[in-house]
Amino acid sequence: MSTTDGPTPLPGAKASQAAADRQSKKGGAGTSADATHKKGLFGAWSEKWQAMPRQKQWLYLIVVVLIAYALPVINPPILSTEPGNDFPLALFSMAVYALVAVGLNIVIGYAGLLDLGYIAFFAVGSYTAAMLTSPDSPFVKIPYLWTIPLAIVVAMCVGVILGIPTLRLRGDYLAIVTLGFGEIIRILATLIPAMKGQVGFQNVGRPPGEGADGIPIFANSNGTPWYWLTLTILIIVLFLAGNLERSRVGRSWIAIREDEDAAETMGVPTFKYKVWAFALGAGVGGMSGALFAGQVGFVNNQKFDIVTSILFVAAVVLGGVGNKVGAVFGGALVAYIPLRFTAIAEYKYLIFGIALMLIMIYRPKGLIPARQRLLAYGQQAYQRVRETSAKKSAVVTEKEV
Amino acid sequence: MGAHSEKVPVPEEVPVPAHGSHKPAIEIVESLDVDEAVAEAAAPERDIDVAVGDDLVEVKNLTIKFGGLVALDNVSFTIRRGEILGLIGPNGAGKTTCFNAMTGVYKPTSGQVLLEGRQLNGMKQHKITRAGLARTFQNIRLFGEMTALENVVVGLDARHKTSVVGALLRLPRHQREEKSSIERGMALLEFVGIAEHAGALARNLSYGSQRRLEIARALATDPKLLCLDEPAAGFNPAEKEDLMALIRTIRDDGYTVLLIEHDMKLVMGVTDRIVVLEFGKKIADDVPHVIREDPKVVSAYLGEPEDDFA
Amino acid sequence: MLSTVLTAVPADSDWINFDVAALAQNFWSATFDGLTFGAIYALVALGYTLVYGVLNLINFAHSEVFIMGCYAVFFTLSFLGFGPSAPNLSFGAILINIILALIAAIVASAVTAFLVERLAYRPLRKRNAPRLVYLITAIGASFVIQYLIFLWRGPLPEPALTMFIPTPIFEVFGTIIDSQQIVIVVAAVIMMVLVDQFIRRSRTGRGIRAVAQDPDTATLMGVNKEKIIVTTFIIGGILAGAAALFYVMKIPSGVQYNGGFILGIKAFAAAVLGGIGNVRGALLGGLLLGLIGNYGQILLGSSQWTDVVAFVVLVLVLLIRPQGILGTSLGRSKA
Repeated sequence: MSTTDGPTPLPGAKASQAAADRQSKKGGAGTSADATHKKGLFGAWSEKWQAMPRQKQWLYLIVVVLIAYALPVINPPILSTEPGNDFPLALFSMAVYALVAVGLNIVIGYAGLLDLGYIAFFAVGSYTAAMLTSPDSPFVKIPYLWTIPLAIVVAMCVGVILGIPTLRLRGDYLAIVTLGFGEIIRILATLIPAMKGQVGFQNVGRPPGEGADGIPIFANSNGTPWYWLTLTILIIVLFLAGNLERSRVGRSWIAIREDEDAAETMGVPTFKYKVWAFALGAGVGGMSGALFAGQVGFVNNQKFDIVTSILFVAAVVLGGVGNKVGAVFGGALVAYIPLRFTAIAEYKYLIFGIALMLIMIYRPKGLIPARQRLLAYGQQAYQRVRETSAKKSAVVTEKEV
Repeated sequence: MGAHSEKVPVPEEVPVPAHGSHKPAIEIVESLDVDEAVAEAAAPERDIDVAVGDDLVEVKNLTIKFGGLVALDNVSFTIRRGEILGLIGPNGAGKTTCFNAMTGVYKPTSGQVLLEGRQLNGMKQHKITRAGLARTFQNIRLFGEMTALENVVVGLDARHKTSVVGALLRLPRHQREEKSSIERGMALLEFVGIAEHAGALARNLSYGSQRRLEIARALATDPKLLCLDEPAAGFNPAEKEDLMALIRTIRDDGYTVLLIEHDMKLVMGVTDRIVVLEFGKKIADDVPHVIREDPKVVSAYLGEPEDDFA
Repeated sequence: MLSTVLTAVPADSDWINFDVAALAQNFWSATFDGLTFGAIYALVALGYTLVYGVLNLINFAHSEVFIMGCYAVFFTLSFLGFGPSAPNLSFGAILINIILALIAAIVASAVTAFLVERLAYRPLRKRNAPRLVYLITAIGASFVIQYLIFLWRGPLPEPALTMFIPTPIFEVFGTIIDSQQIVIVVAAVIMMVLVDQFIRRSRTGRGIRAVAQDPDTATLMGVNKEKIIVTTFIIGGILAGAAALFYVMKIPSGVQYNGGFILGIKAFAAAVLGGIGNVRGALLGGLLLGLIGNYGQILLGSSQWTDVVAFVVLVLVLLIRPQGILGTSLGRSKA
């Protein structure tokens, strides 16, 4: 989707780097931690992918997408979560987690802001959908599909309100404020009578349409259409995130993550872009929440605990911070493992907590270490440079001969 | 004072291609032997006027106190359009403090910094950059996980106007700006001599290339004044020689340069005028060969052999 | 559409109710109780502040350092025969038992703090990792400890454990002040004064301040930075252990696997309110937050509101005065 234009480091640079390593270690900005990091399996894949011509990449992508759409119908025997859990519903859950991870990746991965209470935005989206569609709510009712964009807007507003006081300060404050907010939203849902605490909202709306037998297409028990809807949204979000990544917005985020002061000095309005990252992330979280509320059909205060929020962070970290394909993978994996291996489902928090620590300590780039591509037309330029330097070295070798 | 005006070669008749003519990146990389063409590609919208003598930056009575400590005491000087001004002084003289006050890192206790008559102090740092003042860092601060080209394009973005929505939907302006930023970014990398490393991560570049990349990134913001904070730190004599040539070329392309540097040879060899600070006060402000003879300056540097001034 | 939504908003009572009369009536008891809670917050807040001072990091796992202390108190006192009803022992015997529990709590918390530093922070410091990585690792560590306890003890709170029945000591403004409140506040304040003096006067304290001010220079001046960091974590752990004892004393059935979490956030809010990195600020912030939380709880009608109020206070402080009330950092505090 996005890993289409990017460089492989030039051979020349590698050669000249050894000599100056002593000094550049001191001067080089950013993470020196993974300088010695091995490429690994996924790294090799990523290089192969870069070398492919564009048409071929598209072909592969289309095949992957088609397979993804076909999964609930095929229900492949080993992959399937059945008999323990319904496979289409599991797929839906995976898609929602993937969507959440892609949204959270904008905040954590791109802008380097640690949002530990992402569940709060998910909750805001869920409650927006529930309170505007459920018959249990005194509010005006609107069609379910309208609540999805509305959930984005409401979550973004909450994100901005929370972001403005905290994003001016150092990153740790954001982490603890979001962590607090993640817990507070649940308490508020309990304390405020209008949000109905544990009683919650039944019969949350669904997209229109009925099958021949009169049963709604988007029935709560039927995961397949919900999965397809979420997968489609996920693909759109991935494309949009890719567009942002390869623009001045994405570059500003990465610059902020790498060195905020230097970014400001280079003319990046850092505060503005941090608020944007936080708000856009919140928007995706709100949208995921609305989808989740629609499929489950029931929203109450028990569904949004801070623990799940940490699982979201684990999904991003697992996939590889800053890498949206990795985020999809991480999100899906975090949802999939407890559903597939029901024997260890009880230990999932412990497992992902340990994974979080181990990955950060030993493999901070995650399972799929891929660098984000930040230029919309970078590929041609890099290609050109490679050819020129190849030509030069060809001339040199000729002379030597 | 007459000496310095001779020293500024005014580039005459710079070939000016039509504005907005977007050559593909390929051609630029190949036509890079001509310096003027490079400068033109790097900042096509720029007016190359080097009316030397016209005041570009005025530092007026700048005072900075940290608690009881006076780091900068009522310092005033001007930077004229098209010159290379050296800012020197012994360690702790307040050079970097002055620099940081100009670029918005510190808020001055009193005094003003004016760029073309517009007051800079009090502005946010990113706005100062957009107003036309760019800097490099003494200890290199590149975006390590970005390629060299991407680093430069972050600088170019300071002049871009694409909104978040524009980028999200890839509106025409975004595409236009992205295309031109590749060309201009490559041209700038070529200009500082590291185009072949365009695709390498900044943190993997050699030390010298990182210094050059910082200059390219600062130039990318299309500054009226380029501030270099000890750009030659850690360089060997040959690299210093190259750097001097580069700084001169930058000036010849119509940029104004403020240079903080320890290396006397470099400062004397490249600047048009020098301001000397000692203990937060300005003690001299003149052309290099006068500064060299100034007894106050010599005594400020007492202990350093006379040779260093040559 | 928006206007219809607004008009459809249910009556005011469905959202938040303010009970000013209740607050006026219970003002003084809320004040004294708030100070008691505040003293506990302050002890935990000190742990955040000290670690923040030397490492410039929020130790997310500090809430788990605290909860380990709570479990130590619970197990020690259960072992010694304490239960839901007050023990039938002499004053001296109770005191000895409580001191034993305090020692156990301090050891458990200090060891946890030490292990967190060793396993989660030190490997990162060695390879100079970016801040984000520290924060994520710390939250991972906190998560792991929480769920280890969960797997071991289950989701429910431990049975209540009463140390002694609070007896009225004297009366102020028509409100009785009991022995428990006095014990907690006095003991907490004494501990904090000791820590304050330790940091100001002892050699190790000087080292802590030096590292807080400038780690590199401190190292050059012969301060063993690693040792100082470990010591700081352990001091934080000791204080959290003491806080754990008082917490269980105050809330007998408060020992639960995730019980440290909210208290941790409140203590952090207290540290920020007073000025993070500032030892005296932690005390001031803790007491103030205890008061505000208690007033809020009575005004709004449910004990859970204290959490919300604490959070709102945190956000407001960050918005208005992010450096906190006292503001100065650990490094700059006077000798």
